[in-house]
Amino acid sequence: MAPAKKRNVSSEIVDRKCVKNNKMDPDSVVKEILESKKHANDVFDLLEMLQSHKEKQAINAINACSKLFCTLLERKDLHCGTLPDEEEALRGEYTAQQKYEIFMCHRYNSCKEIIFEHLDHEEHSVKESALCCLMRFAESEGQHPLEDLDWSEHYSFPKELIQLLVGRLLSQTTDNALLLSRFQEYLEMGDVRFYVMGAIRDSVTKVMMRNKGMPLPVYQNNVFSLMSNISMPSNESELCTFMITQETKHEDWKATKLNEHRRAFEKMWLCFLKYKLPPSMYKRVLVIMHDSILPHMSKPTLMIDFLTAAYDVGGAISLLALNGLFVLIHQHNLDYPDFYKKLYNLLEPSVFHVKYRARFFHLANVFLSSSHLPVYLVVAFAKRLARLALTAPPTALLIVLPFIYNLIRRHPSCRVLIHRPTSQDDLVEDPYKMDEEDPAKSCALESSLWEIKTLQEHYHPEVSKTAKLINTPLPQQEDDIDELLEITAFELMERDLKAPSAKTIPLEFETATQLLKGGGDVLQEHFCLDLL
Amino acid sequence: MGKPPKKRNLADKVRKAKTVTEIKNNPFEVKINRKKFDVLGRKTKHDVGLPGVSRSKAITKRKETLLKEYRQKNKTSKIIDRRLGEYDSKMAPEDKILQRFAMERQRSHDKKDMYNLNEEEELTHYGQSLAEIEQLNDAVGSDDETEEKGLLSAELTASHFGGGGLLRKKTSGEQKDEDGGQRAKSRQELIEELIQKSKQEKRERQVQKEEAQELTEKLDQEWKSIQALMVKKTSTGDQADKPQDKQKLEEYDMMVRELGFEMKAQPSEKMKTPEEIAREEREKLQKLEAERLRRMMGEEEVRDVAQRQSQTHMSADDLNDGFILDKNDQQTLSYDDGKWNITGASEEEEEDDGDEEPGDSGEEAQSDAEEDEEEVDAEEEEEGEEEQEDEDISDDEEEREDGHSDLESEQSDAEDEAPQEEAKPKKILSKEELKAQQDAAKAELPYTFAAPESYNDLKDLLRGHTSENQRLIVARTQKCNHPSLAAGNKLKLQKLFGFLLDYIGDLATKTPPDLATADKLIPELYGLCQMFPDTACKSLQRILGDAAHGMEEVLEDKGYAPLPTLDMLIYLKLTAQFFPTSDFRHPVTTPALLYISQALTKCPVRSLQDVTVGLVLGCLAVEYISFSKRFLPELVNFLLGILHVAVKDKKSLGYNVVPPFRGIGKHCDLLVLSDPAACNSWSKRAMPLSAVQHLELSSEVDKDHHRLSCLSTCLDLVKRCSLFYKDLPSYADIFRPFKTLLSNHLPVQMLPEVLHALHSDILEAISSATVTRAPLVFEKKKPIPLKLLTPKIVEILDYGKKRGSTREEKERERLKHKYKKEFKGALREIRKDSRFLAREKLNDVMTKDSERKRKVKELLGSLASQEGDWKALKRKKRK
Repeated sequence: MAPAKKRNVSSEIVDRKCVKNNKMDPDSVVKEILESKKHANDVFDLLEMLQSHKEKQAINAINACSKLFCTLLERKDLHCGTLPDEEEALRGEYTAQQKYEIFMCHRYNSCKEIIFEHLDHEEHSVKESALCCLMRFAESEGQHPLEDLDWSEHYSFPKELIQLLVGRLLSQTTDNALLLSRFQEYLEMGDVRFYVMGAIRDSVTKVMMRNKGMPLPVYQNNVFSLMSNISMPSNESELCTFMITQETKHEDWKATKLNEHRRAFEKMWLCFLKYKLPPSMYKRVLVIMHDSILPHMSKPTLMIDFLTAAYDVGGAISLLALNGLFVLIHQHNLDYPDFYKKLYNLLEPSVFHVKYRARFFHLANVFLSSSHLPVYLVVAFAKRLARLALTAPPTALLIVLPFIYNLIRRHPSCRVLIHRPTSQDDLVEDPYKMDEEDPAKSCALESSLWEIKTLQEHYHPEVSKTAKLINTPLPQQEDDIDELLEITAFELMERDLKAPSAKTIPLEFETATQLLKGGGDVLQEHFCLDLL
Repeated sequence: MGKPPKKRNLADKVRKAKTVTEIKNNPFEVKINRKKFDVLGRKTKHDVGLPGVSRSKAITKRKETLLKEYRQKNKTSKIIDRRLGEYDSKMAPEDKILQRFAMERQRSHDKKDMYNLNEEEELTHYGQSLAEIEQLNDAVGSDDETEEKGLLSAELTASHFGGGGLLRKKTSGEQKDEDGGQRAKSRQELIEELIQKSKQEKRERQVQKEEAQELTEKLDQEWKSIQALMVKKTSTGDQADKPQDKQKLEEYDMMVRELGFEMKAQPSEKMKTPEEIAREEREKLQKLEAERLRRMMGEEEVRDVAQRQSQTHMSADDLNDGFILDKNDQQTLSYDDGKWNITGASEEEEEDDGDEEPGDSGEEAQSDAEEDEEEVDAEEEEEGEEEQEDEDISDDEEEREDGHSDLESEQSDAEDEAPQEEAKPKKILSKEELKAQQDAAKAELPYTFAAPESYNDLKDLLRGHTSENQRLIVARTQKCNHPSLAAGNKLKLQKLFGFLLDYIGDLATKTPPDLATADKLIPELYGLCQMFPDTACKSLQRILGDAAHGMEEVLEDKGYAPLPTLDMLIYLKLTAQFFPTSDFRHPVTTPALLYISQALTKCPVRSLQDVTVGLVLGCLAVEYISFSKRFLPELVNFLLGILHVAVKDKKSLGYNVVPPFRGIGKHCDLLVLSDPAACNSWSKRAMPLSAVQHLELSSEVDKDHHRLSCLSTCLDLVKRCSLFYKDLPSYADIFRPFKTLLSNHLPVQMLPEVLHALHSDILEAISSATVTRAPLVFEKKKPIPLKLLTPKIVEILDYGKKRGSTREEKERERLKHKYKKEFKGALREIRKDSRFLAREKLNDVMTKDSERKRKVKELLGSLASQEGDWKALKRKKRK
């Protein structure tokens, strides 16, 4: 009887404490409730604490609640099946045990409500523990379902709970990126992932319908961060971790099938992309399109519409859409009319200045590597790139020049661009038409790459050296573009800074006398040292 | 078997007795090796052999080594010679003997003399007591000896050098004869007598010496009286006479030594006329220019390093002998901890010059200083303007120097000790007063400074001075610490360069920036840079690298970066001033240009201040490429962007702007005038550089004026660019956007009249350029020369050796051969050894056997005789 005594002693102490501080320890309350049904009414205290504004208290209460109700679920002390009204239950013909169960079940529901409220709390720690608590409830409910399962196709998964949770997480007002990244660890589990995908789809449809398709940046941002957190398994064997294991017919469960997952994934994305997106979201989707969306779809060709629309937008979005299109063309036999013409028109001065320069040139290199392309097209590309190179920074020039050289190497008939010994008379105008949108009509074949000749005078020694290669027949070996793609201006500068210095550093021999003097006195002409 | 060795031994004995030549001449001893071919002029070692000699040598050697070992075999005990140094071959035999002797003595000493206190051994030298010799030594010093017997008498030499044995023998022999009669005298008496004699002699000598002394003194006094008659000057007293003599002697010695060590006069170069100097300088400049062009083309050639390094200005008076005026030559006034230092030397000099006019000395000092200045700065007079400025500076100095020399000469005009007295109270002056003085007059700026050890030192040094004075301080610091003066100075000055760079950066970041001071410091920095190109290169590279790295990080973070600040602009300008911007590749200017281009492409322009910064960068970029006329796309893009910002109506553009500018959007109307009327009140003026850092324009009119200034600068830059790139094949394509922009969107009418000319110039330049576009053709290849069929002549240096193999193979062959030879030799030696040993063993056995035989025989003999005796006795008995 010693333990019992002890318990009494401890509860006494707790009581005294309660009296003293007028403040209750949620853990001890839980202990008492679990101990005997006498203390069942203390649940109200707990729920009160749960609504506390103090961060620490709220967290403690959440943890206590999760403990309490998980234990009750385990003991099957919550009412199973359809829940009668509380008043009705009191009046009705129930046994004391049943009354207790109904009572507790009602408390459980109100507790869930409060915790859902907490998901919008200001403090991240509260949100996080609320999320964890709800997931624990979901787990317990899954194992000890509150409903009869016989006619439920979802087996024992608490679908409603997850749906509510997802709906709450995808807030329309606050950016929940942090919480969503916490949620990612639950998404590792196959069944959770499966039902979350379904829940997202429902949520997106509902919210966007309500908003009549207008973009909601915060909401869509939340949806995107949740969706991009979903990492799909690439084959069936990877689908092995589950939150809830079904006792019967586990193999028939939808959540265990990769195909079902893929279908859900696909539906979810299509549903999301169906609505208008803000431009930045467009870019973010397109960036991950080729390696985390397309491979996991059951029918990637369904993305064609989205990608072609993106490709037609122009600018950086078009550049990014290229990658997805490439996957479709390459692996799924997409036939895209006027693809090269559009690619040709994508070439603008800004190509050399955007962030996705490396990606673009990598893809362009792939597209133009085919030896079956007509000469006029390749020549037009080369000429246009050369023309644009006149405005490019040195890092881009170091990509473009080898790129053009590679084109000429692959298509020997392009050599006329840099070697045209037959014509005698000099041209006054460049026959190439920069403004012509159709590469076939640009007359690039009649032109020469004078631009590269110009770049031989470029200030940067390496660019100049590369440009000078056209003075002699090009060597057969193709340059490896990929090595050059990621070079930054600082790396380029470091080549000079870190180079082993020559024996003597050449010095300026014109004596410096004044700050603004020298070098043609340009600075002196326009600026003076002081206001005076 | 026993015979041949015996014989040989005998022969050896005979041979030993003979000399080598005898053996060589003996045809029976000599074996002549037959040669297959007789090669003229070849000397061979081995044509004649002496088999007998070599065999006997080998045998003796074996006897000494192998045989001994053989005999010692299986013997455990052996005798070791423990005498000192017995086995030490390094020790000379004499040393050995000496040390052994010393040890012997020590041993005996330790044993016997332990309690022997009194009896010390008498030290001798050739049998003579050293004490006696010492006594004799005294006698030698006196003059008497010389009078009595010549300087090199037998006794003297004997006593001094221990020689003269023959002579001495004689005397001792005589003595013996003399003593022969008086043998009866005891030893004690003899010694006493000797002592007495010597004492007497001593006394006599003393007396004589005194007499001589008196005589010489008398003589001296008489001489002095005569001297007084001869020379007017009264000589100093008697007592002072002697030291003076001594001093004189020393002076004389010094003179002699000086003359001995002094550098011999060397032929110097002819003095150059001003025309010659001018011509030489022109030639030098031409050469430098040619070199610059070569570097611009990017051709790598071996250049003579020395010429570049030794470019210093030579004045007309320079003898080209490497003579540099340093602080020792120049009369300097210096402060030590804020107190005056006036050295005695300078006073003396002033004293000497005192007769002359004060102005002269001042002028001299000033001209010296000027020369010095010129040498250090390595100034080259190129343009009229610069000359003018130089003169200005030197004029300035002249004034200062004059003032200073006046001050000094006034001091020197006073009495000898006056300056010291004057200096003393000044030392007592408080620091504040000194500071006040410093501020009051430039003349009181110290002439020597210690090189600053840290950046803070430099700041302390320069704090509170005017910019001109700061320049002077730096110049003087540099002069005082010239590398030719002390070993560590080079490092100090290198540090100084880095500190100065930092200082300039600090000046530029101040609000408001102190650019005047920075401006003044430029010549000093340039001088230092010329002295230490490596350091300058490293420092500027560090600055550029840091700045670029910072920009890169911000870019990665945000996607754009702020435009560089004023200090960075100043550094970029400095880079252009110190290093050639036209080089094809240069460790400093290439990164600098890359930095400018990066700034022009990645930094968005969002305010009028940004526009100003951008234009400064543009100016810098234009300066960088002004000589080489290289194509800088970023500059063109940027200028187009700036002009675009000035366009009011942004619809239906016929051109594309390049990032960081955007066709439409925020910050696209930065240069659009708010009130077109501002054009009338505006006049072209240089913008202050400080606008880069802080631009405050209160009224709209001011803003408009600033906008117009920016616009005019931009147009000017465009014009310059259009001139630079006139010859590029794609000129039209590059400048087409400008043409559309200027003619359609920014027509002349919208510009103030001042800019009309610029505008039309640009348009004219763009449209007038008719670049003929010749289709591109590969460069003609150099024809590959035909194969030459003349025979290849290879000199054969080593006859009779295998040819056609590589060096390693040859070496391998050689080693193989050597190994074979050595192996054979070793085998032969071993065989010979074993043969020798076998022979010796046989010898041993034979001798043992013969001995035994002999003994047996003896025994048998004795037995037989015994038997015989016994039988005889028996017979006798029987009988």
